[in-house]
Amino acid sequence: MSSVALAILVLAILALIFGVILGFAAVRFKVEGDPIVDQIDALLPQTQCGQCGHPGCRPYAEGIAAGEAINKCPPGGQTTIDQLAELLNVDSIPLDSEHGVEDVRKIAYIREDECIGCTKCIQACPVDAILGAAKQMHTVIVDECTGCDLCVEPCPVDCIDMLPVATTTLNWKWPEPPQTNNLIATDRQPRFEENPS
Amino acid sequence: MKVFSFHGGIHPPENKKQSTRASVRTMPIPKSLVIPTQQHLGLAADPVVSVGDKVLKGQIIAEPVGRISASLHAPTSGTVTAIEAQPVPHASGLTAECIVIESDGLDQWIEHQAIDYKGIERSALVNQIRQMGIAGMGGAGFPTDVKLNLGSDHIVTTLIINAAECEPYITADDMLMREHASEILEGIKIIQHLLEPTHTLIGIEDNKPNAIRALNEALAETDIDVDLVVVPTKYPSGGERQLIQLLTGVEVPSGKIPADIGIVVQNVGTAQALHRAINHGEPLIQRIVTVTGEAVEHPGNFWTLIGTPFSELLSAADLKPGAMHRLVMGGPMMGVAAETDSIPVIKTTNCLIAATDSEMPEAPAAQPCIRCGMCEQACPAQLLPQQLYWFAKGKEFEKAKNHNLFDCIECGACAYVCPSSIPLVQFYRFTKSEIRAEELEQRKADHARERFEARQARLEREAIEKAERRKARAAEAAKAQAERKKQSSSETAQDDTAALKTAAAVARTKLKKAEIALKNAQDKGLDGVETLQATVDKLKQAATEAEQALQNSSTTEAVQSTPTKSEPKEAKPDLKALKQQVSIMRTKLKKAEAAEEKDESEIEALKSRLEEASKAHTDADNALIELAQSAGIDLKQLRIDVAMAKVAITKIERAISKSDDETEQEALKTDLESAKSHFAQLESQLKPYE
Repeated sequence: MSSVALAILVLAILALIFGVILGFAAVRFKVEGDPIVDQIDALLPQTQCGQCGHPGCRPYAEGIAAGEAINKCPPGGQTTIDQLAELLNVDSIPLDSEHGVEDVRKIAYIREDECIGCTKCIQACPVDAILGAAKQMHTVIVDECTGCDLCVEPCPVDCIDMLPVATTTLNWKWPEPPQTNNLIATDRQPRFEENPS
Repeated sequence: MKVFSFHGGIHPPENKKQSTRASVRTMPIPKSLVIPTQQHLGLAADPVVSVGDKVLKGQIIAEPVGRISASLHAPTSGTVTAIEAQPVPHASGLTAECIVIESDGLDQWIEHQAIDYKGIERSALVNQIRQMGIAGMGGAGFPTDVKLNLGSDHIVTTLIINAAECEPYITADDMLMREHASEILEGIKIIQHLLEPTHTLIGIEDNKPNAIRALNEALAETDIDVDLVVVPTKYPSGGERQLIQLLTGVEVPSGKIPADIGIVVQNVGTAQALHRAINHGEPLIQRIVTVTGEAVEHPGNFWTLIGTPFSELLSAADLKPGAMHRLVMGGPMMGVAAETDSIPVIKTTNCLIAATDSEMPEAPAAQPCIRCGMCEQACPAQLLPQQLYWFAKGKEFEKAKNHNLFDCIECGACAYVCPSSIPLVQFYRFTKSEIRAEELEQRKADHARERFEARQARLEREAIEKAERRKARAAEAAKAQAERKKQSSSETAQDDTAALKTAAAVARTKLKKAEIALKNAQDKGLDGVETLQATVDKLKQAATEAEQALQNSSTTEAVQSTPTKSEPKEAKPDLKALKQQVSIMRTKLKKAEAAEEKDESEIEALKSRLEEASKAHTDADNALIELAQSAGIDLKQLRIDVAMAKVAITKIERAISKSDDETEQEALKTDLESAKSHFAQLESQLKPYE
C-alpha cells in the first residue's frame, strides 16, 4: 500500500517539476510573431500589386498561413507556387486565372510630355518608385519599380505604359539546352496513329 | 621549383603551331572603330565625348563608373560619329552601347608621358592605372587597379604571372613573350612595387619553348626577383585557381578569391599593358589577337587596335572565301560563336578562330547520360559534373548550388570527354544564370518589401501626426473661445451701458408683469392688492432708476465721444442703428397685426414707436444730406450714381461671361476696369456720409 502511495507521490513531484520547467520555457523562449508568415512573405515577389485580393504581399502571406489557396499570385507565377507548396508541404497547383495570368516582367514608364503633374500615381505607388511634385512632370525610378500596375488606373490622362523589361547584355540569361527525349531507340520513331484522317 | 598538380584536366589537340610561324604583324588602322563601353567586369564606362567631337589617339573617351570599372581611350585619332547600340562580343549576340570613331588616318597621339612610379604615392599610381583603362587581358577583364589595390586586410605573399595560355589555338601571349619579354618584366616590376610580394612566379606551359627562352634571356639581363616555373601542358592549367594549385599546391577555398590566401594572379598581357601605361604613358588601346583556323590562308598574330571589326582581322589573315563555317571568339573550349564579323575587338579578345566545317563540325546530338563518370575524372575543380547535370536538367537549382555549381570554371573539360556528347557546360551556364537571376529577383523583392514597409510606416506616422495636429487645433480653438468669453464678460462689466440697458429692460418687463397682475387682482377684487400695489410702485421706481442710469451713461458717452469723433463719422453708426430700429419696428408691427388676437392698444403703441423710429431715421438722414450739401455734394444724386455704377459693373461682367470672342472679351475687360474705378471713386466720396 505504502509503495503505491510512494509511486503516486513520486509521479506527482515529477509532474510538478516538469510543469515548472515547461512553464518557465514557455515564458522564456516565447516566439514573437508568426514565423511561418515571415517565411511565406519572403517567397512572395513583393510587387504589392493586390492581384490576390489582399492589400499587399504580407496580408496575403498571413492569409496563406491561415489556410488560403497558394495560387493567387500572378507576378510570382508557378515558381512561387512551387516554392510555397514545398514550404507548406502541400501539393502544387496551377495558377488561379481568376487573379490574372503570368506575364513577362514589366516596368511602368510615364510618357513625360503628356504628364500633367497630378500626383495621383505617386499616391498609388506602393514602393515610392515615382518621383514628382504637383504640377511638375513625374517619372518612374526604373530600378525601384516592381511592375505592379497600380499607377496605370489612377492616371487621368493615361500617360503610363507598362513596358516589358528589355533584354540587355546585363540581364541576358543563357538559354536552356535542348532536352534529349530519345531515351531509347524506339522513341525516335513516328507515333502510330490509329485513325489517320 | 617543385611543380604540383591539379585534379583532372584534358589534353586536346593544341593547334598552336599554325599561328606562331610568322612574327606579330601590325594591323592597318581601320576606317571605323567601334568601342563598346562595357569591355571589363563591373559597370560600363560612361562616355565623356559626344558625337562630332575630334579625338586624338589615347584621349579618354569614357570614364569609369563606380569602383569596379575601367576607362576607355580613343585607339586612334579621328571623329566620334556615333554613340549607339552595336553588336558586341557577348554570348547573347545582343547589341550594347558603343562609341564609334571614324579614323582620320593621321594616328596623332595626345600628349602623354611616362611616370616615375617609384617616386609617387601608391594611391596616385593606382589611380593612374585606373585612368589608363587597364583590365585583365587573360579573358575575364577584371579591372587591374582593383586587383593591385587590395588594402591592408590582404597581405600578398605570392604574385603569380599567368603565362600558361593553355587553351588550344591561342598564341597571343606566346608571341607577346617571344617578342616583348623585357616589357613584361618591366610590368611585373610595377606590380611588385604595388603588392610587395615575398616571391614572384611566372607559370608557363612547356609547349612554349621559344617564349621560355625569350623570358630566360630577358631575366638574365635584369635584376628582377622572379622564378620562371615551367609546368606540363595540360588543359586548363591556365585557369587562375588551377595555376595557383600547380605552382603552390594550395587550393583556393570555395567562394573565396586568391587574394584571401595571399595570392594575386596577373596575366602576362596585363603586365605588358601596365608597362606601356606607366613607363610610356600609353593607355590600353591595342592588344595582340590570334587569328587562326583552317578558313584563313595566313593564320598569325596581329597587334590590333581596340575597336577593330573582326572582318578586318579576317581579311588581314586572308580569309578563304566561302570556307568559314563558324567564327569563334576566344578558344575552342571556352569561346563563344560570333554571329556577325562586324563585332569589334575588345580588351579581352585574345583569339579569333575561323573554322571550316570539318574543323569544327556541328555537335552530334546529345545521347543519354550513361553515368560513366568520365566527367568527374576530367573536372579540374573536383566537382561532380554528372550530378550537376541531373540537377540542371531537373531544374533543381537549389541542389545544384549546394553541390558547388559556382565553383565550376566552365572550362569544358567534362563536355570534351563526355562519350554521350552532352553539352554539359551549357547546362551549367543555364543553371548559373537562372540562379543569378533568381537571386537578383530575391534581392529586388527584399528591397521592394523594405520600401513598401517604409512607406506604410510613413503613411501611418503622417496619419497620427495629422490627428494630433487636429486635436491640438481643436484644443487651441476651445481655449481661444473660453478666453473670448471671459474677455467679453469683463467688457460688459466695464461697459455700463450694455449692462444698464439690460437692467432697464428687465425692470421694464417686471414692471409690466406686476402691473398686469395688479390689474387682474383689482378687476377680480382679490386680496393682497395693497402688497401688489407696493410691489408695482417699487418696481416702477427701480425701472425709473434704471432708465435714469442708462440715460446718464449714454449722455456721458455721447459727451465723451463728441469731441473726438468728427460729425459725419458719428452720424454713421447712428444712421445705421436707426435704420435697423425702423425695420425691427416694422416687423414687430406686422407680427402684431397678423396675430389672431389683436391687441389694439399694443398695435397702436407699436405704430407710434415705428413712427418715432422712422422719424428719427429721416431726421438723421436729412441731417446728413444737409451736412453733405454744406460740403457741396448732392448726397441723393451721389447715392443714385453709386447704385448705377454698381449695376454697370454687373452688366459688363455678365457680358464677359457670355461672350466667346476673345478680342471682344478684352475690350469688355477694359470697360470693366474703367467702370470699377468709377465705382470706387464714387463710393469713396459717399463713404463719409454713410
